[in-house]
Amino acid sequence: MAVATNQTILVVGGGISGLTAALEAAECGKDVILIEKNPSLGGRISQLYKYFPKLCHPSCGLEINLRRLKGNRNVRVMTLTEVSAVSGETGNYSVTLKRSPRYVNDRCTACGECGKVVEADFDDEFHYGMKQRKGAYLPFSMAYPQRYVLDPCIIGSDDADKAKAACPMDAIDLDMQEETLELNIGAIIWATGWRPYDANKIQPYGYDRFDNVITNVEFERMLDPFGPTGGKILRPSDGKEARDIAFIQCAGSRDENHLKHCSRICCMASLKQATYVREQYGDEGKSSIYYIDIRAIDRLDNFFAKVKADETVSFIKSKVASITEDKASGNPVLHGVNVEGYHRYSNPHELVVLAIGMEPSVSRDEFPVDVVIDDNGFVEADESNGAIFAAGCTADALDVNRAVQNATASALRAIQVINRVAAQEAASGAEG
Amino acid sequence: MSDMGSVAIEKYRNNNYRNNFLHEVEAHVEGGEWVKMCMQCGVCAGSCPLGPHWAHPPQEIFMMIRAGKREEVLTSDSMWMCTSCYNCIVRCPRGLPITHIMHGLAHYAHRLGLAPEKQPTREFAKLFWDNITKNGRANELKMGLSLYFKDGFGSGVKEAMKNKALGQAMMKTKRMNPMEFFGGHGVKDKSGLHAMLAKAREIEDAKFEQGK
Ligand SMILES: Cc1cc2nc3c(=O)[nH]c(=O)nc-3n(C[C@H](O)[C@H](O)[C@H](O)COP(=O)(O)OP(=O)(O)OC[C@H]3O[C@@H](n4cnc5c(N)ncnc54)[C@H](O)[C@@H]3O)c2cc1C
Ligand code: SF4
Ligand code: SF4
Ligand code: SF4
Ligand code: SF4
Repeated sequence: MAVATNQTILVVGGGISGLTAALEAAECGKDVILIEKNPSLGGRISQLYKYFPKLCHPSCGLEINLRRLKGNRNVRVMTLTEVSAVSGETGNYSVTLKRSPRYVNDRCTACGECGKVVEADFDDEFHYGMKQRKGAYLPFSMAYPQRYVLDPCIIGSDDADKAKAACPMDAIDLDMQEETLELNIGAIIWATGWRPYDANKIQPYGYDRFDNVITNVEFERMLDPFGPTGGKILRPSDGKEARDIAFIQCAGSRDENHLKHCSRICCMASLKQATYVREQYGDEGKSSIYYIDIRAIDRLDNFFAKVKADETVSFIKSKVASITEDKASGNPVLHGVNVEGYHRYSNPHELVVLAIGMEPSVSRDEFPVDVVIDDNGFVEADESNGAIFAAGCTADALDVNRAVQNATASALRAIQVINRVAAQEAASGAEG
Repeated sequence: MSDMGSVAIEKYRNNNYRNNFLHEVEAHVEGGEWVKMCMQCGVCAGSCPLGPHWAHPPQEIFMMIRAGKREEVLTSDSMWMCTSCYNCIVRCPRGLPITHIMHGLAHYAHRLGLAPEKQPTREFAKLFWDNITKNGRANELKMGLSLYFKDGFGSGVKEAMKNKALGQAMMKTKRMNPMEFFGGHGVKDKSGLHAMLAKAREIEDAKFEQGK
C-alpha cells in the first residue's frame, strides 16, 4: 500500500469493533490503516473464555477476522501505536501517530527461544496480573502479528542481551526507537473500547481487602485451560476449588457514586459464568446471583430462561450492601436485605465474583481530538464530530453482536466521506 | 411544633391526596420528591446499623409510601430510629438523601399528630426544643432533669441517682452549672428570639395550610 492520503480511513483500536470496521471498509476497496496500542490485535474478547449466548469460543470469531485481514491488501496494521494529535476537518485530517518500539522485527518466527533465556518476571496484562510473564513474550497464543515483543523495562539489562544472543533469526533489534508519523487521513473510526471499572473503588465490597472477592474479567481468565489456574475455579486465598460462588450484579454500574450507566453486558456475563460453574461441577456446583433486575433483552431472554431453569443457580433480588470476611474459612460473607420479603441475610460463599461494568478505555480528558462525549464518557454521534465516528464500546456499553453492528455502521459512514472526497478530487482533476 | 389534632387529619384524609400518599409526601416532606427515584435495590436497608431493630428500613418505607400505606408509615416509629449516621446516603446508588427524608417524615408525622406518642427520640426532641427556645441557649441541667422526670417523680429520682456520677463529673469540668436551676443563662434579647420563632412558625403553618 502506498502512503496515506485523504482517501485513507484510520481505525484506532484493534478489538473486535476496530477489526470489523477496518475489514468492512477495506473489503469495499478503501485504504485503511488500523492502529492498536497493544502489541497484538484482538482486544478484550481474546480474554474471554466463551461468548454468550451461543457459548462458543471467542478465538473462533477472532480467527475468521484475522483470516479476512491476511487476505486483504488494503489494510495496514500498526501495533504499539497511538494517536497523539489530530487537526483538520472532514475529508482532510492531519494525524500524528506515536509508535513505540517492539525491539523485534518481522523476521521473528515466534520460536520462543528469547523467552526461555530471559529471567525477570512481570505481571501478565493478558491475565489481569493473575499470572507472570517474561520480559520477552508473545502477548497470547493467538496474538496477531505472531511476533514476540520485548518489555521496555528489560532494555539496557542483561536480559535484553541474552534475548538477542538466543535469537536464531536475528530478529531482535535493541536499537529500535520510538517513531512519530504524520498522516493525511479522510475519516477516522474510534474503536478504543472499554476497560473494567476499578473494583477497588467499591469500598463496601472489599476487593482490595479480601482475597476471595474477584471480578468477572478475572473469572473469565480462570476458566482458560492455559490461564493462571489451568482452567480450574480456585480461590486466590488458599488455592482450593470453589464450588459455592456468588455473583454481585451492578458492581460499580447504575450507581451515582460510580458508573451511572447500565453496562448492559454484565447480567448476561454472570448468567454465562453460572454455566461455567455447572460445566465444571455438574450438580455439585452452586451459583447465587444477587441482582437488582436481570437485563437480558430480546433474544438473550431465552438464555436467561435456560439458566433460571438450572436448579444449581439461585437468584436473590438484592443489591449486596457490604461484604465482610470470615477469618477462619476465608469465606466472604455477603450482607444485605432481600427485597422479596425484606429479609436480612448474612450469607457466606466460597468465592465472590463482582460483575464489574465497562467504562470507556479512553477517558474524556485523554481524547486527543474534540468530539462530543456524553455524561458516561461514550462518544456521541454528533454532526460536529465531522468525520470522526465511534465504533463498538467507544460508542456505548455493548455486547459483541451489537458492537460489530455498530462498527459496520461507522465503516459505512467513513466510506461515504471517502467517496465524497474521491468525487471532489475527480471533479477538480477534470477541471485542472 | 404543634400537633394539628384529629380535625386536621380528617381534612387531610378527604383531600386530593386521597389514595396518593406519594404526592402528599412529595408536597409536604423534606426530600419527599426523591422517593420516586428509589429503585428498591436494598443497599440502604442492608447498610443501616439500626436495620435489625426497627420495623421498616428506609427501602421498605419508600415502597410503603408508593403503595399508599399512609397510616402505617406515619404512625411507624421507624423514621424516629434514624441516628443520622449517613451510611445509607453515601451508599445509595440513586443518590437519595435518605437520612433527610427519614427526618422529614418524622417531622411531618409529628405535625399531623400521628407520630407514636411515647417514642423516646420524639420525646427527647420535644424536650430539647422547649428547653432551647426558652432562653435561646440549651440548659443542660434542666434538660437532664426533665428527661429523668419525664415518666413521673419516682422513676425520675431513680434515673437521676443512676446518673449521679456523670452529673457530678460534668459539674466538675464546668459542663453543667447547678445554678442553671434558677433561670439559667440565655441570649440577650429573649423576646426578640421568641418573636422570631413565632414568625417562623406562622410562615411554616401558612405553607402547611397552603400545601393541602
Ligand atoms: C466479564 C465480561 C464478559 C463478557 N462476555 C461477553 C460475551 O460472552 N459475549 C459478548 O457478546 N460480549 C461479552 N462481553 C462484552 C465484550 O467484551 C465487548 O462487547 C467487546 O469487547 C467490545 O469490543 P471493542 O472492540 O468495542 O472493545 P475492546 O475489546 O476493548 O477493543 C478495543 C481495542 O482498542 C485498543 N485501544 C485502547 N485504547 C487505545 C488507544 N488509545 N489507541 C489505540 N488503541 C487503543 C485496545 O487495546 C483494544 O485492543 C463481556 C464483557 C465483560 C466485561
Ligand atoms: S525474537 Fe527471535 S528468539 Fe524470540 S521468538 Fe522471535 S525468532 Fe524466536
Ligand atoms: S447489565 Fe445487569 S449487572 Fe450490568 S449494570 Fe446492567 S443491570 Fe447491572
Ligand atoms: S439504597 Fe437508594 S435506591 Fe436503594 S433501596 Fe435504598 S433508597 Fe432505594
Ligand atoms: S442515616 Fe439513619 S436511615 Fe440512614 S443508615 Fe444511618 S440510621 Fe439508618
